[in-house]
Amino acid sequence: MLSRARKLLLAMAVLAPSLSGCTHAHGGGRVDRQNFALIERGRYLVTLGDCTACHSDPTRSDSPFGGGHPVPTPFGTLLAPNITPDPATGIGNWTAQQFDDAVRRGRMPDGRRLYPAMPFPYFARMSAADVRAIWAYLNTVKPVHHVVVADQLPFPLSLRVSMIFWDWLYYHPGQWRPRADESAAWNRGSYIVRGPGHCGACHTPKTFLGGDERSHELQGYSLQGWFAPDLTGDPAHGLALWSAKDIVAYLKTGHNRFDAASGPMAEEVKDSSSGMSAEDLAAIATYLKGEESTSRRRAALAAADLDMVAGAAIYRDICAGCHKIDGSGVPYLIPDLAGSAAVASRDPATVLRVILHGAASVATREEPTGPQMPSYGWQLDDAQVAAVATYVRNSWGHSAGRVPESAARAARQTPSASAP
Amino acid sequence: MPRRLPHKDVAIVGLGWTGSILANELTDAGLEVMAIERGPWRAAATDYPPNYAQDELRYRIRHELFLQPAQTTFTFRNRMSERALPIRNWGAFMPPNGVGGGGVHWNAETWRFLPSDFVLRSHLTKRYGARFLPADMTIQDWGVTYAELEPHYDRFEYLCGTCGQAGNLRGKILEGGNPFEGPRSRPYPNPPQQQPFSHTLFAQAARQLGYKPFPQPSGNLSQAYRNPLGVRQGPCSYCGFCEWFGCGNYSKASPQTTILPVLVRKPNFTARDQCEVTRINLEPSGRRATGVTFVDTSGQEWEQPADLVLLCAYTIFNVQLLMLSGIGQRYDPVANRGVIGRNFTHQTISDVVSFFDPKKFIFNPFIASGAIGMCIDEFNGDNFDHGPYGFVGGGYMGQVQTNGRPIETTPVPPGTPKWGAKWKQAVKENYLSAIKPGTGVHGSMYSYRDVYLDLDPTYKDRFGRPLVRITMDFHENELKQNRFLTDRFAAIFQAMGARQMDKQYRRAPYDITDYQTTHLCGGAIMGTDPKTSALNRYLQSWDVPNLFVMGASAFPQNAGYNPTGTLAALAYWSAQAIRTQYLKNPGPLVHA
Repeated sequence: MLSRARKLLLAMAVLAPSLSGCTHAHGGGRVDRQNFALIERGRYLVTLGDCTACHSDPTRSDSPFGGGHPVPTPFGTLLAPNITPDPATGIGNWTAQQFDDAVRRGRMPDGRRLYPAMPFPYFARMSAADVRAIWAYLNTVKPVHHVVVADQLPFPLSLRVSMIFWDWLYYHPGQWRPRADESAAWNRGSYIVRGPGHCGACHTPKTFLGGDERSHELQGYSLQGWFAPDLTGDPAHGLALWSAKDIVAYLKTGHNRFDAASGPMAEEVKDSSSGMSAEDLAAIATYLKGEESTSRRRAALAAADLDMVAGAAIYRDICAGCHKIDGSGVPYLIPDLAGSAAVASRDPATVLRVILHGAASVATREEPTGPQMPSYGWQLDDAQVAAVATYVRNSWGHSAGRVPESAARAARQTPSASAP
Repeated sequence: MPRRLPHKDVAIVGLGWTGSILANELTDAGLEVMAIERGPWRAAATDYPPNYAQDELRYRIRHELFLQPAQTTFTFRNRMSERALPIRNWGAFMPPNGVGGGGVHWNAETWRFLPSDFVLRSHLTKRYGARFLPADMTIQDWGVTYAELEPHYDRFEYLCGTCGQAGNLRGKILEGGNPFEGPRSRPYPNPPQQQPFSHTLFAQAARQLGYKPFPQPSGNLSQAYRNPLGVRQGPCSYCGFCEWFGCGNYSKASPQTTILPVLVRKPNFTARDQCEVTRINLEPSGRRATGVTFVDTSGQEWEQPADLVLLCAYTIFNVQLLMLSGIGQRYDPVANRGVIGRNFTHQTISDVVSFFDPKKFIFNPFIASGAIGMCIDEFNGDNFDHGPYGFVGGGYMGQVQTNGRPIETTPVPPGTPKWGAKWKQAVKENYLSAIKPGTGVHGSMYSYRDVYLDLDPTYKDRFGRPLVRITMDFHENELKQNRFLTDRFAAIFQAMGARQMDKQYRRAPYDITDYQTTHLCGGAIMGTDPKTSALNRYLQSWDVPNLFVMGASAFPQNAGYNPTGTLAALAYWSAQAIRTQYLKNPGPLVHA
């Protein structure tokens, strides 16, 4: 993380002090509060876009969208702004056009540029009509008077003008077009995943500047001490085993026969995908099932490998009671380690984190159980954690390589503040 | 001065099985419910995860999940003529503490009582004549019948995912089940658990002797299960650390694994843990409860106003709160008057430890679950003619061994030294080939005039309130019953080929230091007559109609079974009466 930040500093050193954006207000008119269809559409889009994840402070449950929730980024922490219709501290005085500029162009009414923690490069793919509906809905929520000082980044990252360069590199508006050769469901799924759903914000690998690696879309990325897994059909690391039905069940309920959502994905399920319509979830699944990946499959470590022998012994001793000797677990309760999206990821961050710190899976209306995995960090040392992680990542059809002891050591240091 | 909280529709005292059931039913009815629990919040991953749940020293010996006597205790004496002394280390029973209550540490033996158990006095009087019963035996009919409770037993079993083999399905007797059970409307939701070797041999021997053995109904799951509320459990791993322990892998039915995940999502449900209710508040008339007063961990007193108060604590604490709040007339055994504290009972447990030839038998006793076992019911309740034997009551018996834990389960033949090299040698020789069923004979305990609860005149708790005083001893009827049952139990081990047996009869006086079960019953019993019962047939206080008292404290006497199935069925029965009758017309549901 540090090295990333340092690289960013270097990159910014070459930026000339720049033109500041000029204020422009086209004036979209006030929202018609009787236009229930529009407002409801906006409410649904806010769920689809999971705006609450950043803009609602979970410690202030009486003031949704009031901002102030810290959003960790590799470059430092940002506080998400207040997007309630409070005129002084929220967006109450914004016009529809100003709102659209912020959501799709990353530009504030005063011309300042937004950091891409606000995933405007994704939202840029949304239609103007959808953004307008979101604006209409947000104008109906309870206004919260809450001043949020969003900028918490150190100099020179605190210079928002540096975002000009970033935008030039990574902001490519207006890219989303329906594809005539694909089904309506695929197109809808593509729109959600690449637009308002902004799945790639977590699941697409990033460059050192935090921009998407467009050649590896949805192939997994490490953040907040977790690894957001590869969502493509990649047989080694992705969701090859998951049917469309499995994807829908996971997004709707947080659980399926293989896996349970925990960490940041638990929040996503709770606040966003559990509230999506059946059609949209099916569309997302259709789109994801069509995503191919090109990674080369490597050979699994041999069973006689010393790490594998040690890992198998530890697994049998302390994991098999719940996850079973064959890793199959209990559907919807104890993840199936052969089919879990997290186990064989390119990066073992999630596996290590869950072993070391435990994890709480999300509880939803359909799957209220919310089972938890306890922490084994006090029981296993770094070598043992690495061995058992190596074992589960090279068994039952997985071949995800050796996990070095140093990775377990580093994961042990990861602050477990955001979860479980 | 107590601080006053906003009004709620319902205040629940204690968030164990009955508190959770009532909270779920009444929040479903749209009421605002506040549950107040003395102990901490508990969840598997943080409080008894599988990587230390099996710590025998921590949980079995040091009682981590239970109430600590330093926090509060009871005084005990055998007879009215004695001076009671405080219990300083739990022995005969284990008062639960914390969210989930006894449902966290129970074995999950999920029985139904016999139809005749609910009409005990009239049934026995009719069959044997009133003079067959001891003069000081105070057994009563419950005021509710098995047929009325059947749908509620069924609900609890489907909530828990109880595993078993039906013996009486709508009147049809089925092979492999308990032929003595009352008719059930549907089969158990899950098949029985697998039985270990010694349990299987016990059943074979029992069958050879002409009995009808059947698997003990268990809330340890034989397979993955999703209950009607949508909550999931996994199959039991037969780890052998069940009773006294919390289950780390979601396979023992408890409020945590069946109800609480749904309850905590409801906006009209609130729980306060680490808060001890000290009093039920009454209007000056004494005829209506206005809420409860509780104390938090900082010593701050709070008042929770509520329209309906539900006492859902452990048996003795229910009785204590009634006494300390001045609700109902306290029982006076001399005058034989009053209701609060009367018909207090426990259980009559005994065991037969059997030793087999280690060369022929390897039982692997560590493969077990809390409610594993093969049982017979021929000697329970009134399933046999008591006429020739001169006692009433009985119990199920079975090879129900739940563990081979290293501290507790090291059986050695009688005559072995208690320590040293010879003891170690005997432990080693017998560990795999001995059978120690634990609560093998699960006898009833009927109620007597001089077995009761009242307030201790000397000892006080940390709030300055008198401790509850237990006066309890065994009576000849139970001792006869136990000799009879224990001998028949031993005969089955004899038939299995035991080379030596240690028959551990239950003897008088009642020993408060020797663990039997946690099945304390009575003290605030249900019935048909306000002169001899604290509650009507719906568990509603005769004296304060907006107060209902759940739990085994309502049992007029204890049957030869574990009580949880019955107290949970009563909770659903009471909840139904509240929902369908009381809420429409708050007031007494029975006019006596």
